[in-house]
Amino acid sequence: MFVLENGANKGEDSRLQAISEAIRVVPHFPKQGIMFQDITTLLLDPKAFKDTVDIFVDHYRDMDISVVAGVEARGFIFGSSIAIGIGAKFVPLCKPGKLPGEVISEKYVLEYGTDCLEMHVGAVEPCERVIIMDDLVATGGTLSAAIRLLERAGAEVVECACVIGLSDLKVRRKLNGKPLYILLEPRQVENGF
Amino acid sequence: MSAYKDQDPRLHGIKTKIRVVPDFPKSGIMFQDITTLLLDPKAFKDTIDLFVERYKGKNISVVAGIEARGFIFGPPIALAIGAKFVPLRKPKKLPGKVISQEYILEYGRDCLEMHVGAVEPGERALVVDDLIATGGTLCAAMDLLERVGAEVVECACVIELPELKGRERLNGKPLYVLVEYIEI
Repeated sequence: MFVLENGANKGEDSRLQAISEAIRVVPHFPKQGIMFQDITTLLLDPKAFKDTVDIFVDHYRDMDISVVAGVEARGFIFGSSIAIGIGAKFVPLCKPGKLPGEVISEKYVLEYGTDCLEMHVGAVEPCERVIIMDDLVATGGTLSAAIRLLERAGAEVVECACVIGLSDLKVRRKLNGKPLYILLEPRQVENGF
Repeated sequence: MSAYKDQDPRLHGIKTKIRVVPDFPKSGIMFQDITTLLLDPKAFKDTIDLFVERYKGKNISVVAGIEARGFIFGPPIALAIGAKFVPLRKPKKLPGKVISQEYILEYGRDCLEMHVGAVEPGERALVVDDLIATGGTLCAAMDLLERVGAEVVECACVIELPELKGRERLNGKPLYVLVEYIEI
């Protein structure tokens, strides 16, 4: 599940090392105690960004995936390129009020309050094989809502893909029964950006 | 300049995939929905290829994309031409030190932000969004890049609404679009 652990070969190891080092840690954002994993610095390194997308494309290319669903907004940044790389549709999953057509909505619980994710009706057909993309998975609340949305449309969620995943997911290896494919664990120390 | 006028054979496929949703977000607006374009892998790839063919080899080191639909088109273009991707975001989304640019909306104001240090002086940049309407957001984006000393080479959008005259608002900066939407 964690690519670095799963017998990734030497070449892939060095790509992942560079990807990890390109991610900036911003302490206490958005609030005290959170070490925010900032992927915008990864996007400033064309080689590392390309390697990130290539690792996902190589992983999914032969898995017969017809849909990449990306969680707004950072899931868009990685998801659309992966979709193009594997020849799949790209389906944006958005905050309420953004999608202009008929939507289905799925609420989910935050630490304080609730939020909501929406998808266009008809974007995904029953039985399509889907992966869900976001930059990072923490509690899994958003991804769980995304899984429910796709399953309500009759799709098969094959895997959830994230650049970064919190380490306790290492123990669970799955989210709501769906496999997770995660490149890296979060860095905990400010890294001199 | 609009590629549509040059009749590249891929453009027809792209234009027909864009869904027009009347009266969204409010009465009278014919919303240009690009999500249906994204459901056609060939048409989406053609869209990206048209931009890449134009910008590859032109020494562009930055593709700046406007949140959120600019995040769908911008990164694949950046990757293909070997440029950085810089997200331009609504306030309080970017975690590091930012510079902000306010801009006027029909009613009220909005604001676009960019990370300090993302772009260096002298870099050649593109601004990418799905659509240009009045040009207000694109102008704010160009202002951000120019304030840090970058050169905005061109603004690139999938769709233009020429009746809203956004092109004129761009202060002489070139605009490249693939399709125009004109209400009949």
